[in-house]
Amino acid sequence: MKNEDNTFANNGLLPEEMDLFCNARPVPYEPYSIEVVEKFFNWMRANSLWIMAFGTGCGAIELNPLMTSRFDANRYGIQVRPTPRQSSVFVIGGYSSVKTLKRIIRSYEQMQGPKFVLALGICTINGGMYWDSYNTIKRLDHYIPVDVYITGCMPRPEALLSGFFELKRKIKAGECDGANRYVKNLDWYKDNQKRVIKKWDMPDYNW
Amino acid sequence: MEYWITKIAYYLLTVSIVMVYGLLLSAVIAKTMARVQGRVGIPLYQPFIDIMKNFGNRTAISHGIMFYLGPVFRLAGGLGTLAFIPVIYGSEMFSNFHFAGDILLVMYFIFFGQLGMALGAGEGGHPYSAIGIARGLAQMTSYEVPFALAVIAVVVQYDTASISQIVAAQQGGFMNWTVFTNPFAVAAAMLAFLGMTGYAPFDVVMAPNEIPIGPATEFHSSYLSLMQINRAIFAGAKLVLFMNLFFGGAGNLIELVAKTWAIYMIPVIVGVAFPRFRVEQSVRFFLKIPTLIGVLAIFYVQYIVLK
Repeated sequence: MKNEDNTFANNGLLPEEMDLFCNARPVPYEPYSIEVVEKFFNWMRANSLWIMAFGTGCGAIELNPLMTSRFDANRYGIQVRPTPRQSSVFVIGGYSSVKTLKRIIRSYEQMQGPKFVLALGICTINGGMYWDSYNTIKRLDHYIPVDVYITGCMPRPEALLSGFFELKRKIKAGECDGANRYVKNLDWYKDNQKRVIKKWDMPDYNW
Repeated sequence: MEYWITKIAYYLLTVSIVMVYGLLLSAVIAKTMARVQGRVGIPLYQPFIDIMKNFGNRTAISHGIMFYLGPVFRLAGGLGTLAFIPVIYGSEMFSNFHFAGDILLVMYFIFFGQLGMALGAGEGGHPYSAIGIARGLAQMTSYEVPFALAVIAVVVQYDTASISQIVAAQQGGFMNWTVFTNPFAVAAAMLAFLGMTGYAPFDVVMAPNEIPIGPATEFHSSYLSLMQINRAIFAGAKLVLFMNLFFGGAGNLIELVAKTWAIYMIPVIVGVAFPRFRVEQSVRFFLKIPTLIGVLAIFYVQYIVLK
């Protein structure tokens, strides 16, 4: 998986595609050394949660009512962004098939840190009713770092909102360090990912 | 030397005021729309938090030099537009760097930011960026026609290409405003303004549900916060320009806020009432009725106003 100069081998790519993708390894970013500054930015991160608009499972249907007048997540600074580059929260909506997992990884790696993952539904915790399914993953935490789990099948939008509040609390307390955890344990995550994704036709890290 | 330092300090003050005003304006509009839909809506400080959050992101990847320069050009376009527009009539503090032919330079600067953005977004490499840019440039070229005709009519009417003199010519009661002395020019320009603000039915560039957010797809972190700042400044600068050219300018800050607010409500109200045009519909729209009204405005000036 690794080249001698600690870059990715990108074995999944065709030879003519090699030049099109970056093969550098990501590095962890430490928080600001001044505590007040970091707390200030954490407060803003908590109050400006931009969800990535990618419905990854049946639970994505619970996201839509959040934006309506009944629940109005907008007032808490939660809004939907259509591109992974600009979003900071990835809501995994329930079960994730292997095919979707590949897209989840691509999107997650394209998001800019600090980034947070909210896992929705029992299927992201232990597989739920898809426990013995041949093509869904059981524990999402093995593939991307998860900050907050919301259990239930399906969780109601209220539960999702309370999950967002828990996420806010953790961000403000400086406990959401998923992006760095992912980068520091990248080899372990990549091994897990490649174990289930047989057709790995993308770069090892999607910059 | 001291003169220029004072000028630049005043200009920076103007930029800060216009930026804060533009951000508050967008927040108030979002809040109003939320209230209409029966929601609570965002807090008024939400745009500031969003900008600071993007600025504080820990990572930002680049796609090349032009990718860096895209938002910078965009911001330069916004700052440049504002730099040559006298914001408050008769105030030395808010007169900015106006000179005899500033209206031409301002029209150029309105175009400049978009072109810089086109280069930057093109290097991002995302297909939606390229589609958005192509749509944006096509639409901009078409709404520039009625806008330019309206500006030409105004320039001919007041026999000057200086914005501060155009404002001066409209003083002395509201019946002297261009909107009453030459309604055709204002009609053409306001139709062009609908396209400039990018609200529905002319939101073909950002086009939600189609090419979500278009040119800005690949921009993130500090790039995005630069673009958000520019969005506020540019919107404010265009509002001030339209107020100066067509609605008699402003003598103080309260008048400025009241007039620009009223002007801004026009594209907002049109925007909530109409669905989106397709690209070719939008381009054709500007080249038909608004352009004809613009031509009419010039004839109106030549044969009725100046007679």
